[in-house]
Amino acid sequence: MHALYSFVAGPLLWAAFIVFFGGVVYRLVSMALLAHKKDLVVYSYMSLRYALRSIMHWLVPFGSLNSRKRPVLTIVTFIFHCCIFLVPIFLFAHVVLWKESWNVSWWYLSEATGDLLTLVVIGACLFFLVRRLVLPDVKYLSSPSDFVVLALVAAPFITGFWTYHQWVGFRAMGIVHMLSGEILLAAIPFTKLSHMIFFPFMRGYMGSEFGAIRHARDW
Amino acid sequence: MVEPAAQKKPKIHDKGIEQGAAKLTPERIETVIRQFLKNETGARLKAYLETCVHCGLCSEACHFYLSNDNDPSFAPAAKVKQTLGEIVKRKGRVSPAFIEKACEIAHTECNLCRRCAMYCPFGIDVAYLMLAMRRICHLLGTTPQYLQDTAHSHSATLNQMWVKEDEWIDSLQWQEEEAQEEIPALRIPLEKEGADIFYSVIGPEPKFRAQLIYQAAVIMNTAGVDWTMPATPGWDNSDMCMYSGDNEMMARLKRAHFEAAMRLKVKRIVMGECGHAFRSVYDMGNRALGWRMPPIPVVHAIEFYYELLKSGRIRIAKKYPTPVTIHDPCNVVRGRGLHEMLRYVADALCETVVEMHPNREHNYCCSAGGGVINTGPPFKNKRVAGNRVKAEQLFRVKTKGVKTVIAPCHNCHGGLEDIIHVNQLGLELKFLGDLIYETMEKPE
Ligand code: SF4
Ligand code: SF4
Repeated sequence: MHALYSFVAGPLLWAAFIVFFGGVVYRLVSMALLAHKKDLVVYSYMSLRYALRSIMHWLVPFGSLNSRKRPVLTIVTFIFHCCIFLVPIFLFAHVVLWKESWNVSWWYLSEATGDLLTLVVIGACLFFLVRRLVLPDVKYLSSPSDFVVLALVAAPFITGFWTYHQWVGFRAMGIVHMLSGEILLAAIPFTKLSHMIFFPFMRGYMGSEFGAIRHARDW
Repeated sequence: MVEPAAQKKPKIHDKGIEQGAAKLTPERIETVIRQFLKNETGARLKAYLETCVHCGLCSEACHFYLSNDNDPSFAPAAKVKQTLGEIVKRKGRVSPAFIEKACEIAHTECNLCRRCAMYCPFGIDVAYLMLAMRRICHLLGTTPQYLQDTAHSHSATLNQMWVKEDEWIDSLQWQEEEAQEEIPALRIPLEKEGADIFYSVIGPEPKFRAQLIYQAAVIMNTAGVDWTMPATPGWDNSDMCMYSGDNEMMARLKRAHFEAAMRLKVKRIVMGECGHAFRSVYDMGNRALGWRMPPIPVVHAIEFYYELLKSGRIRIAKKYPTPVTIHDPCNVVRGRGLHEMLRYVADALCETVVEMHPNREHNYCCSAGGGVINTGPPFKNKRVAGNRVKAEQLFRVKTKGVKTVIAPCHNCHGGLEDIIHVNQLGLELKFLGDLIYETMEKPE
């Protein structure tokens, strides 16, 4: 068990970070080159001002008409996306690990807050799952891979919560937790989770087309 | 997962699609699609297909989805899933039957209105993807028959309606003579080099709606505009090839149009009240020719009338008395942001304007646009049924006393006419030009 722990906490973690950062750079650069070769319009119409204008309207909750029409989804989605960044980076247990290994540290969430936000993420994942299963249009659109991606996101939070509360088998669960986090990290650039990388560029492009060329709003 | 819901739809027969598909083999389909994907698509297609998180946030943007009782197969992302999504996933290995169905979806279940791009958080452009699917249909020879016939007319005559060169000139002279009975000094100046304005119209105007040319001539003459029309091909600014996936012809048509204007050394092009033509000149055709923006400034009739009214070159004698409503054409609203100018003009011409909601950039399409009405009679019922939400909007304003609908776009006229007729709404349709002609002060 100890050897496995060292492997998952050591080399595998490194590998996950490398795949994540390498993957992000690879996806961005290859997409930018492809766009340069085949979709020059993207470069000639991109406008920083209108790109930012559109991105802001879509990032800020209730900034777009569609988000105002679906208040519950808007709030859940917004909080969910905030938490999946906040929790891994500012969780007390994680900050301690950084401190031990690299002697760097930063602000962290109180343990109770971390616990609560983890539950929020798990709840949001459940919400998305129910949506996928219940709403006919979303169900029709869903492929098995969409459920896998959702599971990938939920797993580190569920296992982390388990480990923190030291429920049965929490040592083994701790390893599963690390493993699932690493898989998630490595999967981001190469699955639908890459929407995280491409969102600003896609929204920015549409914002530029609408703003600079078509003189219309796109939110 | 894709098949069941789509199979419920009644089968519609179209010779163009069916006979084209009968000639296809799986090998040919694969070769053509692979070439298309490799040579003609790139980052946009890839990013759109790979980033769509299947969230369904775009569903309610689409009038087809709303009007078909939220049938999931009409959701924008679902149309992608049933067509290009599947094709890319299977690397082009799809059957002729699949192509038939995909052609029907791309050509008759999407107006390329781009409303969904305003509802998708990523701004995924389903219209772009449906156009890519139509391009595949074009390359495979499975374009709907009526649309293809129009595209043939464009190829053979550089106009949409098989109008011959002498017929075009005759039509203009005929309208000039008619209008001279009202205003004796009126002219429709042909081939006037160095004029301020090159006025272009779509093919159906000389063919079916010649009174629009008459009215435009009266407006131009009254306002004292220095204008001209060409006596050569290039007079037609319409472009069904843009919608049939014939990108080469789209570029040829736009070149003929721009070149006619440049040959006459005009300052700018003013286009009649048509939305798709505007899209082709301002957005798609110029890009196909490598122009970031059109080589000559292009002004849609709405903006032109706005200028004339605002500057006082056209004065209104008596406003149109009965209440009107405004239908916003997608291609000049989401495509050019002319909605406020449209309202300025409507207010200047009419006593009472009653708004439909949602409106402006968020309007519902007429369901005729994007070449859908040009797929002709086989798909008419589906098209009208696919826009129940527009019928409901129209009905609501009718209960508020509206008798007239302003639609400054030819396609919208066609689409709304069918919706009004089938739903027995009893509303009258008008172009801005009709209303200006009716209400303006004319020279004695
Ligand atoms: S008709 Fe309009 S809203 Fe519907 S899928 Fe096509 S572009 Fe999107
Ligand atoms: S196109 Fe956009 S809104 Fe529609 S399902 Fe895909 S990501 Fe969601």
